[in-house]
Amino acid sequence: MPESIRLIINRESVDVPEGTTLAAALLRLGKAAVHRSPSGELRGPVCGMGVCFECRVAVNGRGHMRSCQTICEPGMEVRTDE
Amino acid sequence: MSNGHQCDVLVIGGGPAGIAAATCAAESGASTLLVDDNPRLGGQIWRSTAANDIPGQARRWLNKFKASGCRALCDVHIVDCIGDKVLRGESGRGIQTFMYSKLVLATGARERLLPFPGWTLPNVFAAGGLQALVKGGAPIQRKRVVVAGTGPLLLAVASYLKRRGAKILCVAEQAPWERVAHFGVGLWSRPTKLLQAAAMGAALGAVDFKAGCWPVAARGDGVLREVDFHGSGGRFTLACDYLACGFGLVPNLELPRLLGSEVVNGFVAVDEWQQTSIAGVYCAGEPTGIGGVDSALAEGHIAGLAAAGRRHQARSFFRSRATAREFEEVLSATFRLRPELRSLCGGDTLVCRCEDVRFDRLRQMTGWREAKLQTRCGMGSCQGRTCGTAAEFLFGWDAVHTRPPVFPARVETLAADTVASTN
Repeated sequence: MPESIRLIINRESVDVPEGTTLAAALLRLGKAAVHRSPSGELRGPVCGMGVCFECRVAVNGRGHMRSCQTICEPGMEVRTDE
Repeated sequence: MSNGHQCDVLVIGGGPAGIAAATCAAESGASTLLVDDNPRLGGQIWRSTAANDIPGQARRWLNKFKASGCRALCDVHIVDCIGDKVLRGESGRGIQTFMYSKLVLATGARERLLPFPGWTLPNVFAAGGLQALVKGGAPIQRKRVVVAGTGPLLLAVASYLKRRGAKILCVAEQAPWERVAHFGVGLWSRPTKLLQAAAMGAALGAVDFKAGCWPVAARGDGVLREVDFHGSGGRFTLACDYLACGFGLVPNLELPRLLGSEVVNGFVAVDEWQQTSIAGVYCAGEPTGIGGVDSALAEGHIAGLAAAGRRHQARSFFRSRATAREFEEVLSATFRLRPELRSLCGGDTLVCRCEDVRFDRLRQMTGWREAKLQTRCGMGSCQGRTCGTAAEFLFGWDAVHTRPPVFPARVETLAADTVASTN
């Protein structure tokens, strides 16, 4: 079994298997939507390969990070904007 | 702050084409560096899972790549070209510059997404998109999934998701039965493809495969609940958790275009050595034609060997490339998009999902440039990678959008340019 990684998503502690992408971690939490479009629609990941930017979240204070291209790391602080 | 790299052969893209090219170049003795945008090597088709479980062919190639002594840098996206044979990239480790003598572009493809009412709802994914997310650890056990769109990718995705515990309600292929059946029969002449198809068929078992069937609307309350389909027996509705929907693949041409490589009929033009119209710049894999992994490997071998000055060795891969290219033509004829897919949008359906631009606004525009200026279509984060491809199909526009930076870049990356040029 892979090791477990603990990260913080919207101030909540979350454990995921090592190697999990952040987009997958958010889906495991039941977060299908991670940000809002300019007109306020809820949006979540689509392409899974870093092209569409719909999965973007803030990671360690840095905005516009594509969660599908980010591997979860211990202590990572994540903010969604939905 | 800036991190400089120098090499004989620089390979951009770590999928099958890039890995084959980089391995061949390094084995030939050239100092070779492979750069990839993803966190791990393998590209889309050889993407490893969170549990690091990858298919045999991918494992063999990744081992061969490691043994070749080629260096690899992941998680770097190339944003622009800052001088003759100098590319600049951005990564979590800072700005990176790459000086090269020969360049191999193996930038791969993305999925074509087409708009229909409700396609922006969370839990509507690209087809390979959902597979990639599940490989990254997204939950799939007992999820009710519909896989839709077009192309052999749909069956590959459905069989993978089913093995991982998904309940596949239906695979909806827009191409008509006659063409799909003809394609199936054609596989008898390609034993490796037939084996893959048989393995997938066994995994799929009793999955409901519908040809001549496509999604017309998705509905939900902030998240997907159900999807309407047009099928041969009329309209029907399926309640589901996930819709995985992709209408074929389109090549990533941003970098070849940035460098000035000629593009003909939507693909990078190459000579017999996979060299583009720019001397010393080679291209391999999907950007030269959508042909899948066999084509990518053959072209990758040729490009890597030619870039390392081993043309006589490259020649031995000409035959496998020719066979793979025949398959490309069969693929594109079988899975060409039906015109009905152009009339799925309602007036209020969003075409550009970054800037929320509606179909009825775009319909009044005369072309891509006007659409960008008047509506901001294609001006958002994805830089038109999604809506430009859709607009080409919906309106027949030439949605070429390449200008540096070819990838959204941070201000400090672009500002570093000023520092470099003033020093």
